[in-house]
Amino acid sequence: MTATTASSPRTPDTRPTPTWMSMTHNRFVVEVKEFVRSREQMIFIFAFPMLFLLLFGSVFGGQVLEPTDVTFAQYFLPGMIATGIANTGFQSLAMSIAIDRDEDVLKRIYASPLPTTSFFAARIAQVLVVSIIQIAVLIALGVAIYDVALPTDAGRWWTFTWVFLLGTAASTTLGFAMSSLLRNAKAGSAIVTPIVLVLQFTSGVFLVYTQLPVFLQRFAEIFPLKWLAQGMRSVFLPEDFAMAEARGSWEHPATAIVLTLWVIVGLFLAIRTFRWMRHDDH
Amino acid sequence: MTASAISLRGLRKHYGDLHAVDGVDLDIAAGEVFALLGPNGAGKSTTVEILEGFRKRTAGEVSVLGEDPQHADKHWRARVGIMLQTTSDNSALTAREALVHASRYYPHPRDVDETLDAVGLTEKASAKPQTLSGGQRRRLDVALAVIGRPELVFLDEPTTGFDPEARRSFWRLIEALRGDGTTVVLTTHYLDEADYLADRIGIIAAGRLVALDTPSGLRARANDARVSWVENGESRAVETATPTALLRELLARTEGEVDGLQVVHPSLEDVYLTLIGEAASAAEDAAAAAAQPATTEGGRS
Repeated sequence: MTATTASSPRTPDTRPTPTWMSMTHNRFVVEVKEFVRSREQMIFIFAFPMLFLLLFGSVFGGQVLEPTDVTFAQYFLPGMIATGIANTGFQSLAMSIAIDRDEDVLKRIYASPLPTTSFFAARIAQVLVVSIIQIAVLIALGVAIYDVALPTDAGRWWTFTWVFLLGTAASTTLGFAMSSLLRNAKAGSAIVTPIVLVLQFTSGVFLVYTQLPVFLQRFAEIFPLKWLAQGMRSVFLPEDFAMAEARGSWEHPATAIVLTLWVIVGLFLAIRTFRWMRHDDH
Repeated sequence: MTASAISLRGLRKHYGDLHAVDGVDLDIAAGEVFALLGPNGAGKSTTVEILEGFRKRTAGEVSVLGEDPQHADKHWRARVGIMLQTTSDNSALTAREALVHASRYYPHPRDVDETLDAVGLTEKASAKPQTLSGGQRRRLDVALAVIGRPELVFLDEPTTGFDPEARRSFWRLIEALRGDGTTVVLTTHYLDEADYLADRIGIIAAGRLVALDTPSGLRARANDARVSWVENGESRAVETATPTALLRELLARTEGEVDGLQVVHPSLEDVYLTLIGEAASAAEDAAAAAAQPATTEGGRS
């Protein structure tokens, strides 16, 4: 142990001055490393939805949803994709931000020259990348094991893209907002998990939406997950299945409006409530 | 032009009725190594966190590197290094990775390997924080605080949990920082550390700066030596500015060996304890006086 560093002359810098892009990229790499090396996160994000898909596939096998010829696997895959987006963008993000706040990781970032917008951009980029991989794995699994048919026309993939982006934006902004409500990391699973679970059961993820009591349908309509799942069904289910939806249509305009409203609400709450430091630290 | 790195005027921080910081004036020169001492809860950490821009003050003027930390921007952040008291145990990054990534936010960072070497973590470069000992984690925190080559570095109880050898090495690191012209603000519980490292020591107690002096200046405050002995089976102790005269007189009146004879000069620690003891009793007196109704005061005889 020597003290050569501090006393060594200032070495000429070859590295360029950090820019917003370089700092955002640097933070993104840290976020990805932290995610990939965290076993709990990896299992929660990747193994959970796959496990559910396999479970539902095993329970219902090749059964079809009367009166259509859509298999249960084909019906549940869009729901799993929707809930995957919510898990990554909302649940996992809110809890990991709460943990980072608890452990002063956020305080450290606040004390560094990393711009605030860089931090958020890097976090959102990480959510996007993880979500895309998660969805790709789910779709691959669905196709390989349950013969799930993929859309072939560009229009449906366009629907997929905007539903995915709006759904991720709503989940992520609400995830940031929720993280501020969690007084500590331990409160995370106790508060966030029941919220997500209730939405999963009422939004047509684990159960067929139209088979739910009407009051539960109305309840779920308030929140984004129902619209996210419905939007994803419109991508993966045949056109005539729209007749089997609650209002006899995919309701794309309503989906876009509700998700956009939640993005705005989430953004407003996230900006107003975000805290870098622990609750008792002010 | 003054070359003040830090300037405080009438700094106050109140939490309701609790006056955590109760009027602190302080100037720390650029390039100075300054140690802030004080018991837990004295306002030491609160003061430092205000300087670091983590906390808002209730009143007073604060200038750190020419800016108000409460409204400082990211450019200011690049000039200030902060060691946080808590380390993230669960980080998935190795010590080396943590430093590499942290260094990329700064325009003129230190070399990562040299910094690892300076804090004695070269052999632990590829270890993750949870496999490091408490002292090693602190050293990683110190490395993270200086990696950006800051002009001003805040070190909060940096050597807690260090073994004596690691502490000596850390002292050499601080001396090297001083050699670079870095301003260092250090909080510590170790008086020997403050004595050895600091140009000046500030002692904070009950939210006030009760002493501000060089280490030798502080020691000089207590001139009285304490002479103790046993005479006629009775313990005696006298505090005196002239212990030699006392001893002459004592030796003249006793035969043979004087039992339990001791002459003790106060250490910096004694001065420190006296100062914070006085501050504590002054605060108690003030509180008692405030609580005492005026009528009972006159009824005493």
